[in-house]
Amino acid sequence: MLHATEMLGAETYDAQGNFVGRVKELFIEPGDQPNRISSVLLSRGRFRPLVARHDQLDSMTPGNLRLNTDEAHLDLYKANEAWLAVGKDLLDQQIIDTNGRKVVRVNDLDLNDARINGSTELRVTQVDVGLRGALSRLLKGVVPHSLIRQLQQKLPQRSIPWEFVNLIEADPLRRVKLRLTHDKLTQLHPADLADIIEDLSPAERDSIFASLDETSAAEALAEVDDRVKAQIIEQLPPDRAANIMEEMPPDEAADVMADLSPETSERVLEAMQQKEAHDVRSLLRFEDDTAGGMMNTECVVVGEDATRDEVLEYLRTHEVPVDQLDSVVLIDLDAKFIGVVPAARLILAASDAKMRVLKLDLPVSVPANAKEKNIFELFDRYNLRSLVVVDSDHRPIGVIAVDDVVSRLCEKR
Amino acid sequence: MSPRSSREISGNGQGRLRSMWRHTRTMRRRLAIFLAVIGPGIITSNVDNDAGGITTYSVVGAQLGYALLWSLIPMTIALYVSEEMCARMGVATGKGLSDLIREEFGFRSTFFVMAAALLVDLGNTVAEFAGVAASMQIFGVAKYLSVPLAGIIVWFLVLRGTYRQVEKIFLVACVFYLAYFFSAVLAHPDWLHAARATVVPSFEWNQDYLLLLVGLVGTTIAPWQFFYLQAGVVEKRVSRKDYRHARMDVLVGSISCMVIVFFIIVCTAATLHRSGVTHITDAAQAAQALVPLAGKYAGYLFAFGLLNASLFAASILPLSTAHVICEGLGFEAGIDNKFREAPIFYSLYTALIVVGGGVILIPKAPLLKILLLSQVANGVWLPIVLVFIMLLINRTDLMGNLTNTPAFNVVAWTMSVAMIILTLIFAFVSVVSPAAAGLG
Repeated sequence: MLHATEMLGAETYDAQGNFVGRVKELFIEPGDQPNRISSVLLSRGRFRPLVARHDQLDSMTPGNLRLNTDEAHLDLYKANEAWLAVGKDLLDQQIIDTNGRKVVRVNDLDLNDARINGSTELRVTQVDVGLRGALSRLLKGVVPHSLIRQLQQKLPQRSIPWEFVNLIEADPLRRVKLRLTHDKLTQLHPADLADIIEDLSPAERDSIFASLDETSAAEALAEVDDRVKAQIIEQLPPDRAANIMEEMPPDEAADVMADLSPETSERVLEAMQQKEAHDVRSLLRFEDDTAGGMMNTECVVVGEDATRDEVLEYLRTHEVPVDQLDSVVLIDLDAKFIGVVPAARLILAASDAKMRVLKLDLPVSVPANAKEKNIFELFDRYNLRSLVVVDSDHRPIGVIAVDDVVSRLCEKR
Repeated sequence: MSPRSSREISGNGQGRLRSMWRHTRTMRRRLAIFLAVIGPGIITSNVDNDAGGITTYSVVGAQLGYALLWSLIPMTIALYVSEEMCARMGVATGKGLSDLIREEFGFRSTFFVMAAALLVDLGNTVAEFAGVAASMQIFGVAKYLSVPLAGIIVWFLVLRGTYRQVEKIFLVACVFYLAYFFSAVLAHPDWLHAARATVVPSFEWNQDYLLLLVGLVGTTIAPWQFFYLQAGVVEKRVSRKDYRHARMDVLVGSISCMVIVFFIIVCTAATLHRSGVTHITDAAQAAQALVPLAGKYAGYLFAFGLLNASLFAASILPLSTAHVICEGLGFEAGIDNKFREAPIFYSLYTALIVVGGGVILIPKAPLLKILLLSQVANGVWLPIVLVFIMLLINRTDLMGNLTNTPAFNVVAWTMSVAMIILTLIFAFVSVVSPAAAGLG
């Protein structure tokens, strides 16, 4: 096992034992093999630098590299955007640890050396983010490699296996050339991904959002801090922003829109599909700290004469977002609000039980302009899990869910 | 049965109401953005007037009267120019200064910059706790009570609060600097004379004058504030669009900082200098000397100002230092983490407070040597950091269209070179003759 710092600066000799130059940089071609050192850049003072391919490396020890060929067989170096440079693109830069779910800085790389068909192949096994890597960076060139290794043994190891490393490349063109994907990020919980995104600089954030699929982007965006949210959306093309917004529940989309500049939000709304845009617009009419601003319009409203089976049939056949469903809202023939039936009662009820019979005794509702503070009190007093919002004709227009209440209370703290 | 989505029920918007609402929303948005952006600049500049600073300003006023007031205007410009660059870097890159140094100049440069940071800030923290001890002694509280108490308050304030709460407390602390305005008014200075001395430069060619000039610059522009300010701007997530607000924040901060310096110098000039009490060595002495000359309230206000400044800086310095070092070297940092998650961060933070406060309590502690070492480290640190800033700010790949304009570069390089020369002289003098540098 070798460290990248032990290879960078290594004296290089060819098959005849002649000095060629010093290792200036190690390259990986992620599009080809994601962890193999594909070539080594050799600097030769005032002469033009050379490149040794991975199959031209014979053997290596810390600070020393031997080639299995003559200097004459090496190519001249030409910069290539599709090559990932270990020294320039990895050391000292930030990466995402998808297992530990955080952003860390690279101190060193561990390289595994394996003998294959007359050459030695170097593969990145893990990224050192701890004191061991820090020590070798500090002492390299000042004390011998062997002493550094001895000292390192006394320090705790902190490293991340290469398969859990997600590289961050702010430049979108370069990212495509390097064929970096963010597949690993989409497997994270949206809240974890949001935390990671908040740790990054705007350019890095935008680059990640540009490559996430719309559902993941929408889920992560919903969890991100408000200011960051608005900044990300403002940087996206309106079409893409609109697609992400359509993936969000209307109340969350409206919250995001409210933080955008009026011009941007109008542009995004215009790019959205009619129905979704209408939902968001109708929510945008309400002040953020009122019932209207808190509610979600995607709620299930049924007539009081409906039976349990009819309602379940409706839920099955319509695209109802059921993840957050904890009650259905009842209306009379005038479409006026008369009460709610908790989902638990629905499950337990007989198949022909009428909604009117199943509903809770106390129909609690608030007008759209009710203040946030009063809503918190209602939730507390009646131990609610959702609260119906009604218009001036006492018709239900949305539901406030307890998770929205909790997140607002947390913000207040 | 009529199961249906509530979409069909939700009403249509009323045009007029909606447009009114839209209109106020824009205004409220702007105000909210401005309030959200201000803070780092004002706090950074004011922390600059810490215990060490107030001591220097008092000595300047007592020894030279109004003579050095002219230097405040060029210093305001230097403070603004250097801080503005850091705020701009924070906005353009979204990264802290230590992050940028690490990414662009590598591990070893970062390590030495951080080591210097630790030395300098430790020295400063000692000075802050000395300020707490001295000011509380004027109110009759022994240092064996005041210093541990201050340490505990500082430690808990930061670890128990969220960034936003702490920032609010800090902004309130900025208001308490007005104590110096009142104590200057109570000192009945010659305002006309002071105003003239501020705008008309004068120069004396003697050792005291030059040393105090150098000391004044050295205490006012310190590298840690670049790191703190940039981190604050990044933390606030100021976007390029809102950059002008951040710049305003820095401008207000630089000017208000120098206005406070003006009042401190005027206050001691009008009293101590006029009555011939020219040889004081620290700010607490100045406060005591004020009592017979300008009344006990002027003295108390002065001491209160010192206490506020010392506590304020003692809260920010260790935190900022621990943050900067951990971030630069890649350790987990920030008060949002638990001790287990960020052990190095918390250890450093706690050690700075314990050592900083502890040194004051040890009888015959090598206080002078610590301050001296810190002064020398500062002399090495400031030039390097300033050069790093100048190199980073002119990089188009990092800054985009926010690099320095040629004219700004001329001002900034002139300022940097002047600062570097003055700081090196100060460090040199501190070593050769500590007494002359106000450390005796």
